[in-house]
Amino acid sequence: MKFVDEYRDPAAARSILEHITKLSAGGHYKFMEVCGGHTHTIYKHGIENVLPETVELVHGPGCPVCVIPMGRVEDAIAVAETPGVIFTSFGDMMRVPGANGNLLEAKARGADVRMVYSPLDALRIAIANPDKQVVFFAVGFETTAPSTAVTLIKAREKGIRNFSLFCNHVTIVPPLKAILESPDLRLDGFLGPGHVSTVIGNRPYRFVPKTYKLPLVTAGFEPLDILQAILMLLRQIDEGRCEVENQYTRAVPEHGNIKALEVINTVFELRPHFEWRGLGFISQSALKLREEFADWDAELKFAIPGVRVADPKACQCGEVLKGVIKPWECKVFGTACTPETPIGTCMVSSEGACAAYYNYGRFTKHQTVPVELSSKTPAAV
Amino acid sequence: MSEDRSEYSHEDEVLERIEAWRRRRPKLKDEYINSAHGAGGKASAALIDAVFLEAFRNKTLESMSDGAVLELPSGERLAFSTDGFVVKPRRFPGGSVGDLAVNGTVNDISMMGAVPQWISASFVIEDGFSIAELRDIVADMAAAAIKAGVTIVTGDTKVVDKGACDGVYITTAGVGVIPAGVHLDAKSVQPGDKVIVSGKIGDHGVAVLIARGDLALEADIPTDSAPLGELVEHLLAAAPNTRFLRDPTRGGVATVLNELAREAEVSVVIQEDTIPIRNIVNGACEILGIDPLYVANEGKLVAVVPAEEADAALAAMKAHEFGADAAIIGEIRDDPPGIVIINTFFGGNRIVDMLVGDPLPRIC
Repeated sequence: MKFVDEYRDPAAARSILEHITKLSAGGHYKFMEVCGGHTHTIYKHGIENVLPETVELVHGPGCPVCVIPMGRVEDAIAVAETPGVIFTSFGDMMRVPGANGNLLEAKARGADVRMVYSPLDALRIAIANPDKQVVFFAVGFETTAPSTAVTLIKAREKGIRNFSLFCNHVTIVPPLKAILESPDLRLDGFLGPGHVSTVIGNRPYRFVPKTYKLPLVTAGFEPLDILQAILMLLRQIDEGRCEVENQYTRAVPEHGNIKALEVINTVFELRPHFEWRGLGFISQSALKLREEFADWDAELKFAIPGVRVADPKACQCGEVLKGVIKPWECKVFGTACTPETPIGTCMVSSEGACAAYYNYGRFTKHQTVPVELSSKTPAAV
Repeated sequence: MSEDRSEYSHEDEVLERIEAWRRRRPKLKDEYINSAHGAGGKASAALIDAVFLEAFRNKTLESMSDGAVLELPSGERLAFSTDGFVVKPRRFPGGSVGDLAVNGTVNDISMMGAVPQWISASFVIEDGFSIAELRDIVADMAAAAIKAGVTIVTGDTKVVDKGACDGVYITTAGVGVIPAGVHLDAKSVQPGDKVIVSGKIGDHGVAVLIARGDLALEADIPTDSAPLGELVEHLLAAAPNTRFLRDPTRGGVATVLNELAREAEVSVVIQEDTIPIRNIVNGACEILGIDPLYVANEGKLVAVVPAEEADAALAAMKAHEFGADAAIIGEIRDDPPGIVIINTFFGGNRIVDMLVGDPLPRIC
């Protein structure tokens, strides 16, 4: 499994970095990576400390776990604690706090909560446990919606009635618009979300250059992808262009994945509005099950409290998401709000900006001296 | 530039405040046990501190090492350690819960510089468990004991109702003698010391995870379960001033290095491109979204040796069957204390923190 090495070649990185340094000289460019997967790559490989100071990255809202509001987690726990229910969830979601704890704690209290790697695993659990009600906690952008949709179509075909979906799928364009509409935003361009774009293609982003006069380059998830996309943004600015470009051509077709879009459309329709953690209510920003799939809709099958829980007052996630402040500038960062006891959205998943900075980014500014790997010379640091 | 500098110092100030906050004793806030309390990370530390240490408090226990060092009236020192084994599945490529139960305890004793000698074994068995399978597990234990040069000298058997445990749980304890002159202690680690890992990391955790079969992932990765006593002997002969040894089981190399950085109040800097790992383990971890630095090993050790003994230590380890792929992966520095930093092969860096949850429960 050497498939990733070619996208991590340090020599190729140095060459791209030289171009980035040259093109950004004399300016200061702020680019937002929309997708949490990018945030993770950036911190995991230490990309921020190889970039010149003239390029700054702002970590956007595209972490599907982080954006789920507290009230929805409370609803999930209520369903999980219903007698006779097996509640299935991706591992990340199990540590997301509601107002009174998370799913792991519900499990410790006796709820049957199980981690799955795909919605099809949840369906298999339903088939194996016909006397139980199996609920899948569906989260994610357009990236994961197709697999959820296919699972539901299968459940309907096979007539599996003890399976249902607690649907929290969201869409990428509305929060992007919400961020662009924010008056305190200062950005010079976007790294477009690679995974989402494999499904929806590049066309939905055309409003970014058209209406907001900012370039967008859809990027892949390896370190070289990120650097190359940054270079493409700088080139657009340098050449006076402003458009949607595709760096991730090996995975993103211009018009998206028609089949995946069809299954999404078969199963889901837009919700009138949905609450985003840190960003508030955004209209037509999430998906719900169509009427034809009502029998598999956990929101109709179970008593859902549906109580709205306000984001904690001390939390400044909204400002972090818009790039107004850095994670460490938030008043509760690292003290009251940590990955073990997160207060805000950005600290929840490892893809969130604050968690990525907390887990990977602290104390890295001064330490780039390579390790001396033999006996001869003790380190001179 | 001056503006930048003031911004950096503000950031540093915030980071120092956070570090001070992190160094407080971990507080147990939970009312019920969850899987994180067994994962070896911060939640485990909080539980041990608030429940066990609080009740049992004594000087030996407070060292919070993998085992206790007990001094006899004669002046000789014993290493004493215990460990429970609940791995699921009980059999996986290259080993079983039986091998682990012996090697796990043997290695804990070896990491204290002692020569493991006697082992006890206690079995909690579920009503209805197959005696044929029990025989197989026990045969593995006997074979592992011979290989490790230890004798299983006492034991206990309990049978519990069906459903009260998952098959069989094994607890072993062991005793070994620490040779005169051997003093391993995290606190003796000095800036400039080298960090050595004895071979390719992550095999055991990934082997068990794949053997569990719920990932739809197939790869031929055997566990690395092995007794490390002899390797330690050779290492200590070649590098008599070795400061610290630990086997990176649950929580992996990253957890061992974090514990070391905390205890010794030093910084540990490792170099990503020097860390030995199989391509297939790296690939499996990539797919599963887990970091191999946190994945368990059952036949590896992390050693810290003075810089001037590092080459000799490495050569001695490489000459042994369980250290053939040993490598120097990093060094000790003094700043920032308590922090592990990795220089990525990409040329950047990041910190390697204590793990919060457990990505792979019940691997040992």
